[in-house]
Amino acid sequence: MNAPYIGQSIKRTEDQRFITGGGTYTDDVNVVGQTYAYFLRSPHAHAKIRGINFAKAKAAAGVVGIYTGEDLTAAKVGGLPCGWLITSVDGQPMKEPPHPLLAQGKVRHVGDQVAVVIAESLHQAKDAAELIEVDYEMLPAVVNAADARKPGVPLVHDDVPHNTCYTWAIGAKDVVDKAFASASHVTTLEFNNNRLIPNAIEPRAALAQYSRGDEAYTLHVANQNPHVERLLMTAFVLGLPEHKVRVIAPDVGGGFGSKIFLYAEETVITWASKQVNRPIKWTAERSESFVTDAHGRDHVTKAELAMDKSGKFLAMRVHTTANLGAYLSTFASSVPTILYATLLAGQYTTPAIYCEVTAVFTNTVPVDAYRGAGRPEATYVIERLVETAAREMKLAPAEIRKRNFITQFPYQTPVALCYDTGNYGATLEAAMKLADAAGFEARRKQAADRGKLRGLGYSTYIEACGLAPSNIAGSLGARAGLYEAGEVRFHPTGSVSVFTGSHSHGQGHETTFAQVVADKLGIPIENITIVHGDTGRIPFGMGTYGSRSIAVGGAAIVKAIDKIIDKGKKIAAHLLEASADDITFKDGVFSVAGSDKKKTIAEVAFASYVPHNYPLDKLEPGLNETAFYDPPNFTYPAGSHICEVEIDGDTGATKIVSFTAVDDFGNVINPMIVEGQVHGGLAQGIGQALLEGCAYDAESGQLITGSYMDYAMPRADDVPSFKVDTKVTACTHNALGVKGCGEAGAIGAPAAVINAITDALGVKDIAMPATAERVWRAMNTKSKKAK
Amino acid sequence: MTIPVSLTVNGKAVGVDIDPRTLLSQLLRDHLHLTGTHIGCDTGQCGACTVHVDGRAVKACNIFAAQVDGAAVTTIEGIGGANGALHPMQAAFREHHGLQCGFCTPGMIMNAIELVQKHPNPSEDTVRAELDGNLCRCTGYHNIVKAVIAGAANMKG
Repeated sequence: MNAPYIGQSIKRTEDQRFITGGGTYTDDVNVVGQTYAYFLRSPHAHAKIRGINFAKAKAAAGVVGIYTGEDLTAAKVGGLPCGWLITSVDGQPMKEPPHPLLAQGKVRHVGDQVAVVIAESLHQAKDAAELIEVDYEMLPAVVNAADARKPGVPLVHDDVPHNTCYTWAIGAKDVVDKAFASASHVTTLEFNNNRLIPNAIEPRAALAQYSRGDEAYTLHVANQNPHVERLLMTAFVLGLPEHKVRVIAPDVGGGFGSKIFLYAEETVITWASKQVNRPIKWTAERSESFVTDAHGRDHVTKAELAMDKSGKFLAMRVHTTANLGAYLSTFASSVPTILYATLLAGQYTTPAIYCEVTAVFTNTVPVDAYRGAGRPEATYVIERLVETAAREMKLAPAEIRKRNFITQFPYQTPVALCYDTGNYGATLEAAMKLADAAGFEARRKQAADRGKLRGLGYSTYIEACGLAPSNIAGSLGARAGLYEAGEVRFHPTGSVSVFTGSHSHGQGHETTFAQVVADKLGIPIENITIVHGDTGRIPFGMGTYGSRSIAVGGAAIVKAIDKIIDKGKKIAAHLLEASADDITFKDGVFSVAGSDKKKTIAEVAFASYVPHNYPLDKLEPGLNETAFYDPPNFTYPAGSHICEVEIDGDTGATKIVSFTAVDDFGNVINPMIVEGQVHGGLAQGIGQALLEGCAYDAESGQLITGSYMDYAMPRADDVPSFKVDTKVTACTHNALGVKGCGEAGAIGAPAAVINAITDALGVKDIAMPATAERVWRAMNTKSKKAK
Repeated sequence: MTIPVSLTVNGKAVGVDIDPRTLLSQLLRDHLHLTGTHIGCDTGQCGACTVHVDGRAVKACNIFAAQVDGAAVTTIEGIGGANGALHPMQAAFREHHGLQCGFCTPGMIMNAIELVQKHPNPSEDTVRAELDGNLCRCTGYHNIVKAVIAGAANMKG
């Protein structure tokens, strides 16, 4: 494999260990003397705890320790914090009820943790937990967002009236209302954005160790951002000094957002590892994942779009109620606000937008960021409205979009964001060609002859990745920075270790980042190792979420490389007896301009570590640089998705016969990896549209879809082979011109699928997931009406 | 109470005394330290724990260790050739980017090998149907399907 590496589909470095069973996931790590934790969880959605009797459990074989909320209170352990403060329209801060690590007198959702049992073996921990008697006084529960504010509904937290965390708004309401009053057509839709359960295939896991000798902790945890995990856990919950806690997120088996957050389990066992003075391992069973991993989406929305008679958008008005679950998860408050309403301009020049969001607590698992986080919900609102508007206005779906596309950049939206670049017409044209949109009507007719209903649906989405800059985010309520850190360390013999605060849990950073480093330093890719996921080795980092890694983490590495090259020029100038200003660097070689004098970067690195002929009076030895990069703006990937479905007229079963995605991610480092990210996102988006519906029993608050038997995960025969391509407009404000690709599929796909199904059926709307039953009912209701 | 179990794992004879509740997946991971066999669910649905028992693909979390007494078990660690050479199916997964986080991958590969033994020239539809018992959340299956078809061709060569 030869340079330039950027742009090549290089096979992944990390694969060797994964295909041979040599990966090291958290549950694969075992240490001498390790014990096992099992969490006793609430079987009820809402109940008071009158008492807990664990006398028998304490005496059970192998038990090392049992702890409840009372023990944590006595030890002055705090609750889990929320990382984003949202301010309500009345100027009041959002309600932040306590989020205890172990229940304090009350449980608020099925799965809420009540006690932890630590024993010599997992079997013993489970056996002992069965002996614990909890005296519950059951309370009525509320699970649906739409019900949470109704009079007489039970309060999830006694001190949070109307179960309302906040009511937040963005946009000029009076301007929007005025535009609606003068519009020639208004399209209105009311729908739910269905609750999803993330289901990374590796369940969450943690292994906590305490060392009395140096009063230090080591925590292995399946997590997407180990430095953030450490910061939140030490500073806000356990009151531990940060330098005494090392957090390692080794190989992590998928995250999709659900492993961003600080959870109770790893925090409790970190605390308890000192109490029992033994290492403690906890690994979630899948049944626990269903009732403890933060869920995603769950919005109830009324959305309206005002147009003039040519179909030009005049204004958009959106009212959303967002279900936050029983407690505020780490970034829960920002998802239905900052990451949702600011995206409502989409790819269009809609001049006035108003969005009001009411966030409510219910007796369900906390809801937080899940692949796309707010942006899929926004795209669903926009693209369902636009497609419905096209049908009502008798315009082709592509035509109404083209009439409203933003074509001039930079473009300031009415909802805070400023898009730097894009070419929405180009991705739409390319997608229509790849999908053979022109031939669709003929295919529809052929299908009809076979008794099948064909539909075509579009979704042209915008995404905002690499949330930034920190100071603006701070003014909007963020309680953390949004930069990334990278360290580039030459070794004396010329190989390089790169330490990144980004975290790879499937994204292939060990390959992609190495491609960037190899090109920028002009050295063979084999000489580079990318290190991530360890607070003990990496300077700092905000981790991986929101498709930020290459745009923010990659840019930080490039910034560190720039420092390396600057220093290298000075060293080379000394070695070559020239002025640093006359040194050029290209393809790994420092040269004196206008001469044949040169030194390779490996020679320069060696000279820096063995500084015998070295400007010690002016330069420090060594070649090792760290950079922090705080981006000036988001990046704005965008694209066009086209879905073609065929529905069985007898059963309502929907088959996706073709799915096309043409995306603009800016410059692409590794096309193979980018395509893979799109495929995965599409499957999750299709899963949301067709299969995945988290269901709670409204009365008991029990999670009905609590296993893979009941929650329909997309399987190989549920999705087609995808047609994907990219178009490039380079990001204008980062060193690589990259935008991010991790979430695009999940953002664009749901609207494309539902637009296709409603097209096939000739109905205005159908609820997600559009199961065969729902489609069949829609067909039959419609045909009855027609009679 | 423990019970003795004897079996062959990746060609080596193994004898252990275990709690009768021990699943094959637990025996492999916790007693034999073969951590390439992963546990992704508790209802036999995800397939991450798939191994071969006497040549058949079996979900190791769905069978007690005691049930495989006397059997020959092969795990992901045991399918490569001498000197770390990859099995053709492993090579195909790497070549076609049939994995991302890697957690489902050992089970996918073990199932895919049996799939090819049953269907030496599998169509895309056959591969998708036969992978019904293995969940992947990362890849959207697109490249897994490509990898399995390519792996089938590789296994002939």
